[in-house]
Amino acid sequence: MIHSLFIINNAGDVFMEKHWKSVINRSICDYFFEVQSKAATPEDVPPVISTPHHYLINIYRSQLHLVAVVTTEVPPLFVIEFLHRVMDTFEDYFGDSSEATIKEQYVVVYELLDEMLDNGFPLAMEANILKELIKPSNILRTIANTMTGKSNVSGTLPTGQLSNIPWRRTGVKYTNNEAYFDIIEEVDAIVDKSGSTVAAEIQGRVDATVKLSGMPDLTLTFMNPRLLDDLSFHPCVRFKRWEAERVISFVPPDGSFRLMSYHIGTQNLVAIPVYLRHNISFREGSGGRFDVSVGPKQTMGKTVENVSLEVPFPKSVLNVTLTPNVGKYTFDPVNKIMVWEIGRIDPTKLPNIRGSISLQSGAPIPESNPTISVNFTINQMAISGLKVNRLDMYGEKYKPFKGVKYITKAGKFQVRT
Amino acid sequence: MASNGGFQNSGYNNDRPPSSTGSGDADVATDPASSSFFMNDYKKHDDLKQMLDTNKDNLKLEAMKRIIGMVAKGKDASDLFPAVVKNVVSKNLEVKKLVYVYLTRYAEEQQDLALLSISTFQRALKDPNQLIRASALRVLSSIRVPVIVPIMMLSIKESCNDMSPYVRKTAAHAIPKLFSLDPELKDQLIEVIEKLLADKTTLVAGSAIQAFEEVCPERIDLIHKNYRKLCNLLVDVEEWGQVVIINMLTRYARTQFVNPNRDDMIEEESEKAFYGSDEDEEKEDKEEEEDDKPKKKPYVMDPDHRLLLRNCKPLLNSRNAAVVMAVAQLYYHCAPRAEVGMVAKSLIRLLRSHKEVQYIVLSNIATMSVKRKGMFEPFLKSFYVHSTDPTHVKLLKLEILTNLGTETSISTIIREFQTYITSTDKEFAAATIQAIGRCASTIPEITDTCLNGLVRLMSNRDETVVAESVVVIKKLLQMQSTDSVSQPQEHKDIIVHMAKMAQDITVPMARASILWMIGEYSDRVPKIAPDVLRQCAKNFINEEDIVKLQILNLAAKLCITNSKQTKLLCQYVFNLAKYDQNYDIRDRARFLRQLIIPGEKAGAFAKYAKKMFLATKPAPVLESKFKDRDQFQLATLSHVLNTKATGYREIPDFPEVAPDPTVRNVEVPTAWVADTNLLAQKKKKKGGKVKPAKKKSFYSDEESEEDEDEEEEEDSSDETDSSEEDSSEEEEESEEEEDEEDEKPKKKSKKVEDEEDEESSEEVDSSEEEESSEEEDEEEESSDEEPQPKAKSTKAKTGATSNAAMLLDLDLTMSLGDTLVNQDAEEAEVGSTVANPAAVGKSDFLMPVLAQDMSSLSLGGDTGGSTTVTAPSFIPTKTYELLNRITGGGLSITYRFTRTVSIFSEKMASVELTLTNSSDKPVLNVKIGDKKLQSGMEIFDFPEIGNLGVGATVTATMGINFADTTQPATFDVCTQEKKFSVTVKAPVGEQIQPVNMAENEFDKQQGKLSGMNENSGTVDMATENTDIKTISRRVYEVANVVQVPSMQDNTYKFAGKTLSAGALVLISVKLDGRKAALKVNCEKMVIGSMLLKDLKDSMTKKD
Repeated sequence: MIHSLFIINNAGDVFMEKHWKSVINRSICDYFFEVQSKAATPEDVPPVISTPHHYLINIYRSQLHLVAVVTTEVPPLFVIEFLHRVMDTFEDYFGDSSEATIKEQYVVVYELLDEMLDNGFPLAMEANILKELIKPSNILRTIANTMTGKSNVSGTLPTGQLSNIPWRRTGVKYTNNEAYFDIIEEVDAIVDKSGSTVAAEIQGRVDATVKLSGMPDLTLTFMNPRLLDDLSFHPCVRFKRWEAERVISFVPPDGSFRLMSYHIGTQNLVAIPVYLRHNISFREGSGGRFDVSVGPKQTMGKTVENVSLEVPFPKSVLNVTLTPNVGKYTFDPVNKIMVWEIGRIDPTKLPNIRGSISLQSGAPIPESNPTISVNFTINQMAISGLKVNRLDMYGEKYKPFKGVKYITKAGKFQVRT
Repeated sequence: MASNGGFQNSGYNNDRPPSSTGSGDADVATDPASSSFFMNDYKKHDDLKQMLDTNKDNLKLEAMKRIIGMVAKGKDASDLFPAVVKNVVSKNLEVKKLVYVYLTRYAEEQQDLALLSISTFQRALKDPNQLIRASALRVLSSIRVPVIVPIMMLSIKESCNDMSPYVRKTAAHAIPKLFSLDPELKDQLIEVIEKLLADKTTLVAGSAIQAFEEVCPERIDLIHKNYRKLCNLLVDVEEWGQVVIINMLTRYARTQFVNPNRDDMIEEESEKAFYGSDEDEEKEDKEEEEDDKPKKKPYVMDPDHRLLLRNCKPLLNSRNAAVVMAVAQLYYHCAPRAEVGMVAKSLIRLLRSHKEVQYIVLSNIATMSVKRKGMFEPFLKSFYVHSTDPTHVKLLKLEILTNLGTETSISTIIREFQTYITSTDKEFAAATIQAIGRCASTIPEITDTCLNGLVRLMSNRDETVVAESVVVIKKLLQMQSTDSVSQPQEHKDIIVHMAKMAQDITVPMARASILWMIGEYSDRVPKIAPDVLRQCAKNFINEEDIVKLQILNLAAKLCITNSKQTKLLCQYVFNLAKYDQNYDIRDRARFLRQLIIPGEKAGAFAKYAKKMFLATKPAPVLESKFKDRDQFQLATLSHVLNTKATGYREIPDFPEVAPDPTVRNVEVPTAWVADTNLLAQKKKKKGGKVKPAKKKSFYSDEESEEDEDEEEEEDSSDETDSSEEDSSEEEEESEEEEDEEDEKPKKKSKKVEDEEDEESSEEVDSSEEEESSEEEDEEEESSDEEPQPKAKSTKAKTGATSNAAMLLDLDLTMSLGDTLVNQDAEEAEVGSTVANPAAVGKSDFLMPVLAQDMSSLSLGGDTGGSTTVTAPSFIPTKTYELLNRITGGGLSITYRFTRTVSIFSEKMASVELTLTNSSDKPVLNVKIGDKKLQSGMEIFDFPEIGNLGVGATVTATMGINFADTTQPATFDVCTQEKKFSVTVKAPVGEQIQPVNMAENEFDKQQGKLSGMNENSGTVDMATENTDIKTISRRVYEVANVVQVPSMQDNTYKFAGKTLSAGALVLISVKLDGRKAALKVNCEKMVIGSMLLKDLKDSMTKKD
């Protein structure tokens, strides 16, 4: 299915190539560069590019383009999903998936790529299996390897590969048995000029870090499972039990993984934790005025932290002169983006920023005001109201340490002005 | 290809300084020599060659890493081939792995040298380690050297019979590789694919289907028999396999089932009704056929069709976007209309994923929303555009919003659109205006509002917006005027307004539109039109081509309607056009002149000029770009590109009449056997006797030939009909039986025994004489109630295990278990019933399904098909000393192997310890202390013995998992005062547990375990040892196996499997006078050879 993979950096260097079938000349990437040059931003490159004999399916992530070459009909999502999993695996192995890391770890990267696909079809993608086959290198292991002459490559088939639960390896042992669950919710919202919500959705996920010995069988129950109506699970979750009893029952993979993600759609009422009061105006000749203040709302008593505003000004804006009463602001005169870092919101002293905008002389005044993107974090609260009831463990005797954390973040939170 | 690659690579070497090799920077420090050679490629490689030639692993590894760095960067490393290929035999795994990677990259270019490595792979294919077998096959099939095609074919054939599903998966991957190398092998490969398709392991399923899709997608007939299995396994297959399988099944469903939306009235029948009983379905099916397809017959979904849809549904919750999309397209293409809506929610969820995923999903939704508006209407707001979306995503969202617009929702959509128009992304703003135009044209209620809005936009400062509005207004006006010719004055002001703007707008398309409109509706603005023409004529030469053409048009039209004012102007324009650079314009001018200003001899057409130019023109249709996209299967590459991609297969139309549904009837659907499916039970009795046992072992390796035979048998006969009739009868019977059983379990057990024998006799009959089997079956079934006299006389030669399943179905009680367990070895030798068919300790499970599940669990992945663990035939009394009285300070411990299934773990051997205290004071707190175990070994401690009195003897049981090694288990036995290190060594024979199997099964497994897995030898037997009793006793003493009933004289076969890994151990003894040929087959070679040695010793010894 997938013929070859090229990894290209922002400068247009093809710094890694891997072929799973016969070799395809890297000049095929020229087609990609051609399309790329037309796109305004790297994000705008269409994911599927057709060339006379090949099809290029690409993703852009961590400042890198991963371009997969296919020659025949294939579900494009299959390839896209695969490429993202490749990046996920790199991140899992090396901590990040930047160009420098990949270049530095090229041997492991190459071994991983070789193990992941056979004849272009996924062979071993499960993190736990890969980690048994090719052990992630760290300083300790490198030293141990040089001493003992062992290598990072395993000689036996990972136990998971043949079992019914390929995601978990056997013989896991920890001295401290612990299981942490992070419930992270992101609010996507569009708020219009008048402050009313046009659309709001919640994208939630439960990320788990489970370090438990043996073969634990966990059951996670929620106080209000009714909230969850559209979700996707890690393959370890027993879907039948969810359907019948609304409990999440699973034998977890070892290490960090995404247990589930859920989506609470536009039909539901979504609480909006912050509001913006804004007054932006442009005047012919001189420039304009800018006055924005932020305040918390519907936060259930929690403080709103890490607040920042991003305002992409129209191209005709030359500069802005603003004074914030909290935090500081930066203005990027090339991209015309103003970022205001506020930090936490103190409800007694609402953050405000005001000042003047100077326009290019002679340029017509912008007809529309910028759309402001808002970022924030609220700890210890899931905006949807989701709450974990309890976590039970079966199958093992020890008592694990359990922890649950709630975080609400802004996703694509935009205020039209 | 090869030369091509070489060319490219050499090109690269010149292009780039060699110091930029990925490997270079990192390795300079470790290898001082390399830096000085950096300027010279040739010498640098020399240095690598030297490193590869050393016998130091770390140097080799270093060199290989650097070479892989070159490969990764796309630099040419082919001249190192000879040096690298030598290392294919390296013992170091990482070196080996990297050499493999290198080989797959360059073997195609260096075919001759690549051949050197082949023998290594062939040897590795026989390796006991499945990972090594698999990777050898992977490389062997990836090196694309045509010479080795026969070797590849052979290896694939062998590997698809491998014990390890992982190796079989690799074999499935190798098939398309071989096919691309030599398409002429297709027929042979199809055979292999057929075999792999029948594989019941979830690991293999996806890859097998992928091979099927790449090699022989047209052979849909291969799927029939596996259809239900695939549907049922689907949830457990890994996600990538799921995508491939669902796509294939979509095509399958489109060819095998009738359109569920055939008649718009879809009978909403609950799933329960469909699956209430197979009997009903069968009847319905039959009725369908009998009715000879009357047109008004309500649509009834084929149960298999329903099965597919039902089993795919949970996959909508997959984390893998490709899987969700695959299910969505399956529903879109194959499900009844009412059910398609279900997928919408999951697709919306995907929209929050990576932007690439978003793009693909949106383009699919766009296509769906053209036909199925209602599906996505509730999610309207999810398509609202965020200012940070990439442009292509914005455009798709716009497209969908437009598609979704209805009378009720349009006002919110239009309001949303208004904010988009002010977007800084001009391409997007322009597209929004087009979208407004489309909404206006589809929903008449808002046309006027939209028109007014668009007119207002014409005074917008942005040119693109204005131009786009003009074009859209033109289209809208044109449509309106065709609708309502009666109101000529309508929209006059708009046209006037536009005419005024004509000189200010510079975008050619917009200018052209205005001019065209003025020409077309010049009757509405009779005063303005000539003036516009005048201004245009003035500037004619500076206009764009498209505008020039419209000026000509305008001139011609005005000349016809108002020739008095404009004739001169018109001529002027024509003259200008005559000398234009563009031939199109020159042609047009010439053509128009002849029509409008006819010269001396007026052409016949001139009369009709008015009709030609001022005819009412059909309004343009504003429609979705995605309108015709649904000709492509959703979720495909072709769909995204909107052109046929290479290898795209059209999605077939549903057949008018469904093809014969019985072709899929081969397998008894496991999941439902217990609930309702009497028919299935029936089938088990009749044809599919061995099958229940097979089904139990879901993950079993091979499909047996028997199985196939029976499948054919079923296919060929009209069995379904007859069995249906019988089944009700059967139901009564079983009920009666159950009643009886409750009253007198003892009697019952006897009866079951009888029945079992009878069944096996049937089995023999049916397999021997296929043709007459049916009649016989029926005969016997009718007389089921009376115990048949032939019970004891017939030998249960085959199918013992299947009977086991039968018995389980009939609620096997404990009493039965007991009777059979207690049979001594002698009886077993006679071969009437071999040991206990039902697994020991499992007979108390009353639920047949559960029992089946359990047995499938115990069989695990590796062991072969229809084998069940059984009770040992012999319990050895031999004891071994664990702790000497002297060293133990008075405490002595002996141990023996009880050969019972350990209660702690199935993988453990039960060891019975006898502790005796011969000292003069009690020993306190005896327990197990530290354990020094080899990896994989486990010990389950015996419970601590608190007080062992003086002279007392206590027995304790512990379990040890030896992990199929001959390594001893070393551990400490602690008393309150002391600690003794002791060692338990298990003879290989004790690490085996007996399994039942049929002879043909035995032979087949033995055939597979040939070569290195086979150990054989001959022994001279003591004369008194040559009778069967003694031989079996000798074997039993050595190994915990059970005899397999054999039809061959003088050959005695025994079967068992290792405790830990479950690898089969097969022993056969062939007697020839005093000589006996011994053969031991076992995947674990050590065990095999040790066992042979022990057996030899045992055979030769005299009592």
